[in-house]
Amino acid sequence: MKRVREWAPALVVFVAVIGAWQGAIAVFHIQQFLLPKPSDIIKAFWTERHTLWPAGWYTFKEALGGFAIGSALGVVFATVVARFRSVGTAIMPIAIAANAVPIIAFAPIAGAWFGEVSPHSKMAIAAVLCFLPVTVNTLRGLQSANPRQIELMRSYAASEITIWRRVRVPTALPFLFTALKVASVLAMIGAIVGEYFGGAFNALGVLINSDAQIFDFVTAWAGILVASLLGLALYGAVVGTERLVVRWAPDTRE
Amino acid sequence: MSIHPVVQVHGVTKTFAQGNVTALETIELDLLPGEFVSLIGPSGCGKSTLLRIIGDLTPPTSGTVTVNGKTAKQARTDGDYGIVFQDSVLFDWRTVAKNIGLPLEMLGWDREKRRARVDQMLDLVELRGFADHHPWQLSGGMQQRVSIARALSFEPALLLMDEPFGALDEMTRERLNLELLSIWQQLGSTVVFVTHSISEAVFLSTRVVVMSPRPGRIAGFVDIDLPFPRTVDTREDPHFFELVTQVRELLRRRGEHLLPEEEAELL
Ligand SMILES: Nc1ncnc2c1ncn2[C@@H]1O[C@H](COP(=O)(O)OP(=O)(O)OP(=O)(O)O)[C@@H](O)[C@H]1O
Ligand SMILES: [Mg+2]
Repeated sequence: MKRVREWAPALVVFVAVIGAWQGAIAVFHIQQFLLPKPSDIIKAFWTERHTLWPAGWYTFKEALGGFAIGSALGVVFATVVARFRSVGTAIMPIAIAANAVPIIAFAPIAGAWFGEVSPHSKMAIAAVLCFLPVTVNTLRGLQSANPRQIELMRSYAASEITIWRRVRVPTALPFLFTALKVASVLAMIGAIVGEYFGGAFNALGVLINSDAQIFDFVTAWAGILVASLLGLALYGAVVGTERLVVRWAPDTRE
Repeated sequence: MSIHPVVQVHGVTKTFAQGNVTALETIELDLLPGEFVSLIGPSGCGKSTLLRIIGDLTPPTSGTVTVNGKTAKQARTDGDYGIVFQDSVLFDWRTVAKNIGLPLEMLGWDREKRRARVDQMLDLVELRGFADHHPWQLSGGMQQRVSIARALSFEPALLLMDEPFGALDEMTRERLNLELLSIWQQLGSTVVFVTHSISEAVFLSTRVVVMSPRPGRIAGFVDIDLPFPRTVDTREDPHFFELVTQVRELLRRRGEHLLPEEEAELL
């Protein structure tokens, strides 16, 4: 019951938007290359399933790889920075500056480094996108441990490592999951953007791009639908994991 | 043969570089085994600082602290301290039972032994049935009882309590006072108890240490010779009022340089 009440508003808005979209096209005679009908998009989503779905899966794997690599590096980096302050003050500005570079500018370079067609260049782009939010949030989490809790652990003669394991890491976990949710969406974006600059013929970004070039906008939109569904799936997986791991955190409390 | 003190605070001074504050100046204090000593004094007179120095959470600028003949650091490493802060400082990701069992885990007790002791502690603070709750599912008073159970679970030689009941309502506070006394009598630990309340200090203690501010010093001691066990009737005892007055006088006499609101807070 509670679930239904939580989801109902989003569902109502979604249906209303789709309905308005469909209606507006009929009423204002909008050209289909500007905005195809939702019904056509869904039709294409089904008829083109043999190309779109495997392409989606291919791109999803790239995104997943980038997500894993970028997030893992972010966690490691944040841990090092939290542990050795001086390393942090030396490297953090560089990391932030690197992240300020628009990902579009980085995409061709990643192609040159890891192979234009290769999935590795897309993973690299997705990883770069995921890295900073995960680093920043994890770092904040590791540093927000309650000093009293740490003192209490000291009074039990706990070692620094034990204090990390029992206090800092659990405190940081909700922060980490917030970052992973952001990163999960960014990873999909990174993989697709990367594919616009070249990729395997059966990659989703390549398909969307080439469909648009031959004015097959309905299929391009169906590709976008696939991309957003997969992005949602990754996001949902992160949320599900969070519910399992961080049962105590305020936003998952009953 | 005289009884050996559990804690010997000798010539302890503490200055904080930040703000150039002399928080404590040449503190001399001996605690005998099984004593229940309250530290009382206006805000900022160094009660928490003294407690933290005894517990080796802050180093003194000069002077020494000896606990059972050891340095404070050694005592901490040996697990001689049970500490209770003003707020309960529980771990949200641990259940009540696991919060209470945390020091036992740290001391390397095995699971069976731990469970038995945690059950015992849950009974003691009347929280049986809440073992699997998380701290945020409890009221403030219940949380503080968990925190006390945790500090007592490993029967520390020395209990350091910094205004443990400060955030609680009067009713809960008086009930927990009684509980604390009965636990203390069962365990025979030595207690250092920081409080702002004169009546609480007199009700609980075998001795009250009155402190004065700027710089933090011991203004005097009041021996509390009220009989045990202390009950709700103790607070009605004429001698109780005499002792309260005695502590109050000492606070007032030594605190000529108290600000009016500091005095108001204590009276
Ligand atoms: N970490 C610190 N850095 C600088 N000054 C400090 C620090 N801790 C305490 N002080 C100063 O030392 C003095 C004593 O502080 P302390 O916390 O021991 O007082 P207290 O008696 O516990 O007061 P309260 O009753 O308000 O808790 C105060 O003047 C305070 O400003
Ligand atoms: Mg204090």
